[in-house]
Amino acid sequence: MIEVKELKKGFGGDELVLKGISTKFEKGKTNLIIGQSGSGKTVFLKCLLGLFRPTEGKIVYDGEAYSELSSEKQRTLREQMGMVFQGSALFDSMTVEENIMFPLKMFTKQRKAERRERANEVIKRVNLINANNKLPSEISGGMQKRVAIARAIVNNPKYLFCDEPNSGLDPRTATLIDNLVQEITHEYDITTIINTHDMNSVMEIGEKIVFLQKGRLAWEGSKETIFRTDNEDVTNFVYSSDLFKKVREAVIKEHQ
Amino acid sequence: MGYLKEIGAYFMMIKGVFIKPTKTSVLRNLILKEIDDLIIGSLGIVCFISFFVGGVVAIQTALNMDNPILPKSLIGFASRQSIILEFAPTFISIIMAGKVGSFITSSIGTMRVTEQIDALEVMGINSLNYLVFPKIVAMLFYPFVIAIAMFLGILGGYAAAVFGGFATGDQFIQGLQEDFVPFQLVYAFIKTFIFALLLATIPSYFGYYMKGGALEVGKASTTSFVWTSVFIILSNYLVTQLLLS
Repeated sequence: MIEVKELKKGFGGDELVLKGISTKFEKGKTNLIIGQSGSGKTVFLKCLLGLFRPTEGKIVYDGEAYSELSSEKQRTLREQMGMVFQGSALFDSMTVEENIMFPLKMFTKQRKAERRERANEVIKRVNLINANNKLPSEISGGMQKRVAIARAIVNNPKYLFCDEPNSGLDPRTATLIDNLVQEITHEYDITTIINTHDMNSVMEIGEKIVFLQKGRLAWEGSKETIFRTDNEDVTNFVYSSDLFKKVREAVIKEHQ
Repeated sequence: MGYLKEIGAYFMMIKGVFIKPTKTSVLRNLILKEIDDLIIGSLGIVCFISFFVGGVVAIQTALNMDNPILPKSLIGFASRQSIILEFAPTFISIIMAGKVGSFITSSIGTMRVTEQIDALEVMGINSLNYLVFPKIVAMLFYPFVIAIAMFLGILGGYAAAVFGGFATGDQFIQGLQEDFVPFQLVYAFIKTFIFALLLATIPSYFGYYMKGGALEVGKASTTSFVWTSVFIILSNYLVTQLLLS
């Protein structure tokens, strides 16, 4: 579990980007961070990842506050994190298999054969077929995302972070990636946090949803409660298209 | 103030390179790859330029010796002095600032733009050590490149002088041996070592801290070439003043 306590983050000016966020992200659940562009989602995610140091407040990972750990322990904690970047961030000079084996090579004493065996296990898990020896530039965007997920989970992380995992993908592939992330979260019992703009993701896998607005936590709930919320900011954001407005009305009608 | 800040950031980067080292087995492979990319990969162009510039130095010296009293061995002597003292260490280093420097800046810069450096950091890897340290170690082999440049420069001078009919082989070799001061070689290799460190670290700095997209990677490569050249020239002046004057 990750607990965020009164998190504030600024970059030197008077204006804070994050203005005191407190929330909890539970283990074994897909936790979504949503909000308009400029609401502070990426800064929030980078703070959770330890890439940005908070100006004030604490982030507690299973009882351990990151800011109170020694730099050695901070790095050990980071080894337990897996990250799927928006642009996949695969090492472009390595093959798919080498990319996936990379965390094992860096942090375990496994032999090459063992690393390859483990990599092939996760390759199977994310349904990557015939891509082991290809370079990232030789595979599609959807496959790159699968490789990024495989690399993120290969070393059995406790925390999985995804920054817009289905951006730039067609709707069908986006749904497959969403479902894959959710299945992995349940299967490996990890704390997953997903930064997304995609409303399909919200409806599909939003077991916990945190809505940020202008650097503040404006609403939190789940995919079930987001249909019935009275929070105008949330409804204006989530149901901005006619299609989603109609879906919402239909769901509310069905519940009545 | 901006420049002071940049210089401070550069030294902070150097400090960051040496903390939290990457796993030895991984680092060994990275160093070998960098030696291949930065040193072995540069030999072709260095050999080509050295041989022909050596030849040009010999021809220019010969053509400027109008006075018949001047011995022909002076062609060998002048070639040796210009190649060992300046051409091989300094001129080749400026060329390497373009070749190796741009390669370092653009490769690290592209990794920055595509979030590959963030990916390393998130995994708990000291990205500076992972990316820059192997380049510094690889560039420690740079004096070998300069030694080859010295040899080929003199060989080019010999070929141009002898086959161009400006001097005989014996006269050229006699000039090469005249008034040879071994310390001049020490001086040449001391400054080569300093240039090697500049060639590895300044381009790394511009690549690592760059911001923006593909266009900015190109701009960073150009800026890195300019500043690496500036610091090579400045340190050349300082080292010469300290060691030879």
